[in-house]
Amino acid sequence: MTDISTRPTQQGAVEARLARRYRSEARFRAAGLGAIFIAVTILVILVGSIGHQSLPAYTVNELRLNVELSEDLVDPLGDASEDSIRAGSFTRVLQNAMREEFPDVSNRRELRELFQLFNSLNAPQLMNEVLEDPNLIGQQHAFRMPLADDLDLYLKGRLVEETSARFNTPLDITSDGRGVLLRAQDPVFTDRLSSLRITIENDITAEQAARDRLVEQQALAQDEEAEDLGVQVSFADRRISALQAQLDGDELTLRDDMPSLIVESRGGFYKLTTVSIDGLAARAEQVVPPLTDANTDRSNWVLRIVETPEARGRASDNQLIWTRALVERNIIRTTFNGYFFNNADSREPELAGVRGALFGSILTLIITVILSVPVGVSAAIYLEEFAPKNPITDMIEVNINNLAAVPSIVFGILGLSVFITLFGLPRSAPLTAGVVLSLMTLPTIIIATRAALKAVPPSIRQAAMGVGASSTQTVFHHVLPLAAPGILTGAIIGISRALGETAPLLMIGMVAFIADVPSLSLEGMTEPATVLPVQVFLWYDAAERAFQPRAAAAIMVLLFLIISFNALAIYLRHKFERRW
Amino acid sequence: MSSITKTKLKVRDVNVFYGEKQALKNVNIDIADGSVTSFIGPSGCGKSTFLRCLNRMNDTIDEARVTGSIIMDEEEINDRRLDPVVLRARVGMVFQKPNPFPKSIFDNVAYGPRIHGLASTREELEEIVENSLVKAGLWNEVSDRLDDPGTSLSGGQQQRLVIARAIAVNPEVILMDEPCSALDPIATARIEELIDELRENYCIIIVTHSMQQAARVSQQTAFFHLGELVEVGPTETIFTNPRDQRTQDYIMGRFG
Ligand SMILES: Nc1ncnc2c1ncn2[C@@H]1O[C@H](COP(=O)(O)OP(=O)(O)OP(=O)(O)O)[C@@H](O)[C@H]1O
Ligand SMILES: [Mg+2]
Repeated sequence: MTDISTRPTQQGAVEARLARRYRSEARFRAAGLGAIFIAVTILVILVGSIGHQSLPAYTVNELRLNVELSEDLVDPLGDASEDSIRAGSFTRVLQNAMREEFPDVSNRRELRELFQLFNSLNAPQLMNEVLEDPNLIGQQHAFRMPLADDLDLYLKGRLVEETSARFNTPLDITSDGRGVLLRAQDPVFTDRLSSLRITIENDITAEQAARDRLVEQQALAQDEEAEDLGVQVSFADRRISALQAQLDGDELTLRDDMPSLIVESRGGFYKLTTVSIDGLAARAEQVVPPLTDANTDRSNWVLRIVETPEARGRASDNQLIWTRALVERNIIRTTFNGYFFNNADSREPELAGVRGALFGSILTLIITVILSVPVGVSAAIYLEEFAPKNPITDMIEVNINNLAAVPSIVFGILGLSVFITLFGLPRSAPLTAGVVLSLMTLPTIIIATRAALKAVPPSIRQAAMGVGASSTQTVFHHVLPLAAPGILTGAIIGISRALGETAPLLMIGMVAFIADVPSLSLEGMTEPATVLPVQVFLWYDAAERAFQPRAAAAIMVLLFLIISFNALAIYLRHKFERRW
Repeated sequence: MSSITKTKLKVRDVNVFYGEKQALKNVNIDIADGSVTSFIGPSGCGKSTFLRCLNRMNDTIDEARVTGSIIMDEEEINDRRLDPVVLRARVGMVFQKPNPFPKSIFDNVAYGPRIHGLASTREELEEIVENSLVKAGLWNEVSDRLDDPGTSLSGGQQQRLVIARAIAVNPEVILMDEPCSALDPIATARIEELIDELRENYCIIIVTHSMQQAARVSQQTAFFHLGELVEVGPTETIFTNPRDQRTQDYIMGRFG
């Protein structure tokens, strides 16, 4: 028996320990919470930033033009036959519709810029519409197509930095021989003047520094070289004095490498060329004429400042102005981006869609599931429940575990050299991709299934054996149903990993550019296709900036798919889970 | 009484090895039909091992090896050629921890008859299930909720469900490995009552750590010690007048 006298000290020791235990438990809990917090934060940041990047991809600015389907352009043979329509020049039809919007545009360079507001790849779509309904020939037809990608980004505020200010002071617009003269009663342009001056002053400083270097070099150089440098110095001097003259003169000239100033008044658009030093007046080029019948208020006008100089931009100022004018006229409208969800890949971002890759992924996944789940589950059941314990099965087990750790690209190389070269499976087809991915998924499924089978309590096996079930019956009637949720989870984890896999698919040629949506059929399995992760890879790599939000949106589609997969896994788990 | 009973199981020179280790040494015993035989002995002496020999459950343990002869009704059952599945339909087993299938009460009892094809129609199957539950003394408690999961019953009810499941295939022998060790005295009494009722029609073998239980339910008792069958005889004799010193020590609570 415990000695009574030792009890209090024992009590004290227990209490001391207890306090320590509580502290360590609290520490552990805090650490766990912290870890979860960090993980969730990173996840939110990750998904949030991709989601934010992807936002421009879900809407599109659409041009809705009333095109004149004149017979001579659309039906050159005059018989409304398919051949005749196919020979029609639909690009011209679209170009004419644009010219009609801006009849003042006449010089070739400007016309070319104007026609860049849409992509000529839209012409076949118009042709298809006419082929479908030849009655349209000779009629007006409302045609919808996406605005060119860069201008689309411009309207979404992602192409150039732009600020605009609305004014309520009267602005007189008169034209003389040299262009248009804008004159206000208040110094409306002064704000910009100072920053323009700073630009010029900076330029002078830079030129001066360059000139000083030249002079230094000249001092060290000999004969001809010195003479050469002397010429350069004099050129620099001339540039500096020209700049200085600008600062000292009574107007500043806006150069191509400076921000552009655009005035928008009564439906007309003017691009400023010079600004008077008092900030009251400016000279401008009229890009879009004002509406003649408009008696809109001349004291209500907008000054737009495109901070990105035209020289560095991906669209000219004129294109930005035409785009704005079309928005004003309600010809450009923002809608849900159906192109992105209905089209396959395209060289033109505004026409590129995710559907091709999505269907490619689905086809690939079907093959992967058909091959890897039955084979993986059967192999696991055999190994776990029936295989005799001997060195051979031990070897197999070790190798399956090793296989799960093999880098996925190795499976790609295997697919290339064995399935494509040796067995002659088609390159870049969902069939081949599915086979390669199922090889990759198999070990995961086998390991997960074995773990699920092992987790079934032995008492269930004994119970079944005890009433005379054979081992096959025991496995299929009792063990497997209990292991099913675990097997399912494992299979879905393996498969959603396969869904996001890129490297092995690059090896088997899935990087090909595929402009058709594959058919969800047996034929589709052997036709070239691409898959979502590869599509993301291709788009992020593309030169056009408008592909970036589309790549992010494709990631969102992929994430959505994977999350629905996991949700399905959780649902099935709950549905089939039984306690014992 | 002993003159009427006939021998159900005749066990001769049975040795069991787990790998190198010998768990049972030269066991010889005759077990009578229509009666209850209890196995007692200290922990680890081989009672469960021996029970498993009788329905070949040792086959499911990879390293177990059984030698010797076990004859049930003139038939050698410790024979590789005999299908253990057939044997287990004739020798049912109840385990220490109730282990109903995670299925409905009905399916638990119906499973054996189903796989052995004992019923050809749904009505026959229902009849078998009802009879088994009645025999196991569970019918009144579950008749209105046969579709509930078997795992939703209490421990004592689960153990009776498991007994019903064992008798549903109409076995000749029922092996029970410490069937009451997880139960309270009332549930234990209920099971003991049940064993007594079942005795007439079955050959029942029960492993128990409770001397009182062995004395209450069994007609014959066997004492195992360190893998040896030390002594076997009518229960009364074993408890009142054991021949072997070790039996006496065990019964007196001097070890074990
Ligand atoms: N699967 C096994 N593998 C190896 N040794 C085993 C195995 N099962 C039992 N043994 C050994 O065989 C011996 C007898 O075990 P058994 O389970 O038959 O004892 P028991 O009499 O039922 O004991 P208890 O009363 O505690 O249940 C023990 O020493 C045990 O360690
Ligand atoms: Mg035991």
